[in-house]
Amino acid sequence: PADTFHNLQELHHSASLATKVFIQRDYSDSTICKFQTKFPAELDSRIERSLFEETVKTLNCYYGEAEKIGGQSYLEGCLACATAYIIFLCMETRYEKILKKISMYIQEQNEKIYAPRGLLLTDPIERGMRVVSFANTWDVFLSVGTTLKELCTIYKL
Amino acid sequence: MKNHEYQQIDPQALVTPTPTPPPRPLPEHKPRRARRRWEVFPGKNRFCCDGRMIAARQSGVLPLTLGLILLTSGLFFIFDCPFLVKHLTSCIPAIGGVLFVFVIISLLQTSFTDPGILPRATPEEAADIEKQIDNPTGSSSSYRPPPRTKEVVINQQVVKLKYCFTCKIFRPPRTSHCSLCDNCVERFDHHCPWVGNCVGKRNYRFFYTFIISLSFLTAFIFGCVTTHLTLRSQGGNGLVFALQASPASALELVVCFFSVWSILGLSGFHTYLVATNLTTNEDIKGSWSGKSGNEDVGNPYSYNSIIKNCCSVLCGPMPPSLIDRRGFVPSDDSVQTSPVEIELPAAKNDINMCTQGTKGLLETASRSPLLTSSCPQAKPQAVLEPLPEIVPEPPKTPHKHHSHHRSKAKQSAHHTPKTSNSSPRPYHSHSSRRKDSKNRDPKFSSLR
Repeated sequence: PADTFHNLQELHHSASLATKVFIQRDYSDSTICKFQTKFPAELDSRIERSLFEETVKTLNCYYGEAEKIGGQSYLEGCLACATAYIIFLCMETRYEKILKKISMYIQEQNEKIYAPRGLLLTDPIERGMRVVSFANTWDVFLSVGTTLKELCTIYKL
Repeated sequence: MKNHEYQQIDPQALVTPTPTPPPRPLPEHKPRRARRRWEVFPGKNRFCCDGRMIAARQSGVLPLTLGLILLTSGLFFIFDCPFLVKHLTSCIPAIGGVLFVFVIISLLQTSFTDPGILPRATPEEAADIEKQIDNPTGSSSSYRPPPRTKEVVINQQVVKLKYCFTCKIFRPPRTSHCSLCDNCVERFDHHCPWVGNCVGKRNYRFFYTFIISLSFLTAFIFGCVTTHLTLRSQGGNGLVFALQASPASALELVVCFFSVWSILGLSGFHTYLVATNLTTNEDIKGSWSGKSGNEDVGNPYSYNSIIKNCCSVLCGPMPPSLIDRRGFVPSDDSVQTSPVEIELPAAKNDINMCTQGTKGLLETASRSPLLTSSCPQAKPQAVLEPLPEIVPEPPKTPHKHHSHHRSKAKQSAHHTPKTSNSSPRPYHSHSSRRKDSKNRDPKFSSLR
């Protein structure tokens, strides 16, 4: 019903204020987009290390594929140059196609793995490709619960 | 087409970074119309076509550049081409036309493309980074160095990443903060006033195409005009007669003669940069030339193969714009108008997909039995109390300490043989249209 939806909107907004864990970029391979696979301590009790590593490694794979300089990217680049880069206005680049795949993957991971554990994975593109962030959605419920409890004590219910 | 649209924009409406009230009068009790992200963008940029195009706030001498190119080419097509077509071949206007189109298109694309601006950190990210900096286990040395830096190893070489106080992020490698545009730009090359924009990762190939095609165009026009005047002055008529017969050619000759050297020089310089995978910024600072006497220093980003370097810089994949210009600012009251706090969601059209996706998954999450059973006090259907506003006050950091790695006057000295004496006034010398663009700007670009 509408009530639930409105509450969920609040939840989404509140999730953005909840505590977050940020996975930073790994620059050891030059400037290509890659995230650190080191398991953060804050997630220790929330998710299995192997699942986390698999998610980050798959993301790194996707980004590596998008930024790979090889046959197809040369073709795209040369064709673009020959047409004075006008085709960038008409056509979706390979990078953009892979970014769409990445958002579908993240959505799927959130549905299957992270939401049941009370975490929300955000797409790095929303953060300027700087971080992968895990938001703790359970904080919301905990703070709501604490507030209700306080109200109960105030009104001596 | 783009030129026409650019001129239609009212500069007053776009210059202010704070959101301006909409032009049509709205009664006060009505909610404000949804604003697009570009209207609250914190950097000093100018947006056209409702956020579809981006340029620096100061357009620099872009009108002059465009004007000169249009004027010279126009005069060429009107006055020189008819004579040359009659006496030589009709390929001349065809070649000239192709070059002219390339020049104009690549110039407009360089000017109006996002150079690779990095969006500023959200408050949570900034807080997370601050925590890491203050935590002594994070730093490698026993004392905290005054400018915040982080070291990474790239291709067996140590690279220092600096913290940007304005954008509140550790800058990725090769990223630099442009003080003219007040943005961090990836693979920052330089801020070019002739083009009216920064040159960075996303528009470097357009810039390179522009200067190469401009070199060809200038050389071509110069050659054709010389041929024209030579042909006219044959038969005992003399050069003066030729100039009198075609005065426009004299103007073209002067403009082309004085600009061809600097443009050719610039093209040569940038070809060298492309072949060695360097940026103007790094070259001027001497980051990899072993200035400290360390022989092991080399460019860690170079593939050590000219062809591979060229291909990766010019033909590599086109990264997307990381700033969302046309998305809407969420209109809830808790999101204040202070630009630092507004989160930038997914680029372009993906925002709707992402929001719906997240709403959908939260619905799924709320229906999951695990969630409801573990939190008996808080049922999702219960009325949620408005949560306490956790909106951290962005600290107004006035310090922009970028001068520690800039404005080394001696480092620009080695460029003077290539280009003429750098003069701060762009209108001053007609002798080189582009000489200052690479000398001056990296020096001044972060002087804050």
